[in-house]
Amino acid sequence: MSLPVLKATDFASDQDVRWCPGCGDYSILAQMKKVLPNVGVPREKIVFISGIGCSSRFPYYMNTYGMHSIHGRAPGFATGLKSTRPDLMVWVITGDGDSLSIGGNHFIHAIRRNLDINIVLFNNRIYGLTKGQYSPTSAEGQITKSTPMGSIDHPLSPLSIALAAEATFVARSMDAHVKHLGDMLMAASQHKGTSLVEVYQNCNVFNDGAMAYAQEKKQRPNNIIELEHGKPMIFGENRDKGIRLTGNHLEVVDTADVPADDLLIHDAHNPDPSIQMMLARMRYPVMPEPFGILRQVDGVATYNDQINDQVTTAKREKGEGDLNTLFHSGDTWKVA
Amino acid sequence: MTASQPGPLANNVSGTEVSDNAAKSVRSVTGITVRLAGDSGDGMQLLGTQLTNTSALAGNDVATFPDFPAEIRAPRGTRAGVSGFQLQFASEEIFTPGDTLDALVVMNPAALVTNLGDLRKGGILIANEDGFNDKEFKLAKVESDPLESDIINQSYRLVKVPMTKLTRAAVEEHGLSAKNADRCKNFFAMGLVYWLFGRSLEPTLRFIQEKFYKKPDVVAANEAALRAGWAYGETTEAFGESYAVEAAELQPGTYRNIMGNQALAWGLIAASKISGKDLFYGTYPITPASDILHELTKHKNFGVRTFQAEDEIAAICATIGAAFGGEMAVTASSGPGIALKGEAMGLGVMMEMPMIVINVQRGGPSTGLPTKTEQSDLLQAMFGRNGEAPMPVLAPRSPADCFDMAIEAWRIAAETMTPVMLLSDGYIANGSEPWKIPEMDSLPKITIQHPPATSGEEPFLPYERNENLSRPWAVPGTDGLMHRIGGLEKEDRTGNVSYDPDNHQHMVQTRAEKVARIADRIPEQDVLGETSGDVLVVSWGGTYGACHTAVSRARMDGHDVSHAHLRYLNPMPRNIGTLLKSFRKVIVPELNAGQLRMLLRSEFLVDCIGINKIKGKPFTVGELDDAIRSHAAPARKSKAG
Ligand SMILES: Cc1ncc(C[n+]2csc(CCOP(=O)(O)OP(=O)(O)O)c2C)c(N)n1
Ligand code: SF4
Repeated sequence: MSLPVLKATDFASDQDVRWCPGCGDYSILAQMKKVLPNVGVPREKIVFISGIGCSSRFPYYMNTYGMHSIHGRAPGFATGLKSTRPDLMVWVITGDGDSLSIGGNHFIHAIRRNLDINIVLFNNRIYGLTKGQYSPTSAEGQITKSTPMGSIDHPLSPLSIALAAEATFVARSMDAHVKHLGDMLMAASQHKGTSLVEVYQNCNVFNDGAMAYAQEKKQRPNNIIELEHGKPMIFGENRDKGIRLTGNHLEVVDTADVPADDLLIHDAHNPDPSIQMMLARMRYPVMPEPFGILRQVDGVATYNDQINDQVTTAKREKGEGDLNTLFHSGDTWKVA
Repeated sequence: MTASQPGPLANNVSGTEVSDNAAKSVRSVTGITVRLAGDSGDGMQLLGTQLTNTSALAGNDVATFPDFPAEIRAPRGTRAGVSGFQLQFASEEIFTPGDTLDALVVMNPAALVTNLGDLRKGGILIANEDGFNDKEFKLAKVESDPLESDIINQSYRLVKVPMTKLTRAAVEEHGLSAKNADRCKNFFAMGLVYWLFGRSLEPTLRFIQEKFYKKPDVVAANEAALRAGWAYGETTEAFGESYAVEAAELQPGTYRNIMGNQALAWGLIAASKISGKDLFYGTYPITPASDILHELTKHKNFGVRTFQAEDEIAAICATIGAAFGGEMAVTASSGPGIALKGEAMGLGVMMEMPMIVINVQRGGPSTGLPTKTEQSDLLQAMFGRNGEAPMPVLAPRSPADCFDMAIEAWRIAAETMTPVMLLSDGYIANGSEPWKIPEMDSLPKITIQHPPATSGEEPFLPYERNENLSRPWAVPGTDGLMHRIGGLEKEDRTGNVSYDPDNHQHMVQTRAEKVARIADRIPEQDVLGETSGDVLVVSWGGTYGACHTAVSRARMDGHDVSHAHLRYLNPMPRNIGTLLKSFRKVIVPELNAGQLRMLLRSEFLVDCIGINKIKGKPFTVGELDDAIRSHAAPARKSKAG
């Protein structure tokens, strides 16, 4: 049976989108609507589950099944749904506060279980919905409503956390890099296991320009590096810089000075996440920040497959459960 | 001994000496209450469970009360490390594990000093003599050997048995290490107890073979210890007689012994089967709820999926996720974990998702008394959520009742599209009683219909309501029914996010009305005794047995006392208000500071009198009996006479 051909607009719900004008969320919504007609899953089999935050209003705007849940807990809901309904494609939409503060625990556990879901983390490095407090990804020293003298927390990297939890798919993109973003969402949708796409998202009201170094045409080539599996790591306005592994750390080198063979070749499929972790730790302004797929490892069992396999195995080994047999198992006696 | 002479079991002696067994006579009694107590490493729970099963198999009615320390390995030999198991078995229908003990078995001094207070004067005290030495006295903080004291020797029938020595001798030929040989002494104690109460060794011999089949030497040694204990009872001069308890006259049927948590798990599985759903159970380990998980996870071949989450919040969220997917979804915890689930429960109420939240209550607040029982989460169950978030609350009254109430909880949840709270407690969870195995065909089916796929031309209304005010349970994967739910207030019918003030009031009231209307679909409150009169005792949950027995006794003595035991706490049965107003006095016994009393007073403006015990222990029949009589009018002519 061939699927009806859908367009991006078929995925728009009848609800007005109510983000601030200029918010990066719009662009992510637009890319999602563009990608979904091509993922090979009918609309009624797609479910969006979010936590709480500006970004978490996302499910209301999609004409699919959706659940706007509670702060930080979307991975929990996704776990129950995907475990019982592996036929559904489940997307988790979350913010940096949602997934890394209140929901840090669930974020880690969904990833380490390798539940077959796609997590899209909108990282604007601020709490948008509660009007501008710093978040776990805010820069040290950042002045916000709750940190007038500057944040004294060290920021977290969602990618590092995901890799530490042995994620099987980890990528980064940006709201404004629409084509790249679409590619990442597509790749994530095709991955079997938990996929995490961190999306730099501009909150133009409370943290405008926080990621300008990665977006602005002029700055961008020198501040980010686009990863491609199997390709040497080269970046810079004139593609004149590269990344080299020296000893046990990464360094930026001039391609003019260093033979091409010495540059690090990106290996997203390497089951050992050590070098991918080094990439995840590259931070502006010391290092260029990686964009693209840091890690993509196939063949790792998913939680949903295994929980269902155990049921199938139990049925095969013990036979389909029969209540009468169960109730009468062990010692019983009759009263006449 | 003549039949009329009061024996050591005077409480229950029926007065017939039934047979001569070698040199000893067998005394027929109607019931025995025995407690086995020792160090938590001594295997008292195993002994107790075996004696329970064997007694149940002999056709007795049984009720049990296991009691263990909060620490897994509390320091050996200390009072804090004492583990006990109490059991009443009887030839009549009984509802509690008994108040005072007819017999007490103690393995060490700590067990003796912490339990002796419950032994009836003249009762049998069996002590493992080898456990009584200077080292153990020190650990138990006793000055000198209590077994030597005049008080003990004069007040009880003390039988000292060198169990460790005798066990070692009995198992010697099986070549076990000294440590492993000593481990068999609980089977020795068991054998002795079995002899004393005329129990068959067969079920326990079977148990030993099944449990240790991989270790033939252990099987042989435990069997030898069990038989040696029995033989010791038979031959020693210490016991003049043994006791026989006839089978009880229970309703005809096939029975088995069942524990509360097990009954709950089986009830959930049964509910999933009769509603044609797979069961998803999301939880995080906590005493005393964990055994539900342990039981369910054994039965994956029934389509049971168990999820041990990273915490209680994830557990309930996954449960809601599974409910959204269209499965029967259940989560369970105890008070502290239920506190964590509060926000998600509110979401479940708002999203109008069918599911069951089980709270196996324990002593609180906070971590409280984790291994002890209490009923102090009733108000938490009623109100422990932000906003106006009413949830139906049900409470089983006994271990076997857990089976029925699990099914009832799911029926109400599915019919009403709401989370339902099921309030069990530690006493019910770990206690056991005979359960009449139901005919599967007799369980009424639970019919669940999900709206079918549509072309999508007509907009789907996820918050349209039926006669129960329930909304449709449309599941993902169904074409044409795409919709979004969540915790922001929903517009009536369409389910769109709405901040409209009138809509909010309407939705809050509708959700409340939906729960209130459940009263039309549950039975009216039944009453033991008359439906109006002098005193009404109103109880709920695990205190059923003690209240029922105490009221029955008061009635036998001619008091005008009735008993209403609530299994439905929200909404309450339709007739409850009338009932309360039809008595001169209403007494509410609870293992808390007066939570049901508060609800009854505020709802029905009836000035209830509380009997409140907050000691981590169940009521004894005696204390309730006294309290009830102190409030009741003078007895009329005894109904018994
Ligand atoms: C239990 C709970 N605590 C706090 C809040 C308030 N709250 C709502 S969203 C939010 C932070 C959102 O930040 P982020 O996840 O970065 O999302 P954004 O709004 O920036 O998209 C907070 C603290 C809440 N809704 N629930
Ligand atoms: S507050 Fe920031 S994140 Fe939220 S909608 Fe406005 S711009 Fe977007």
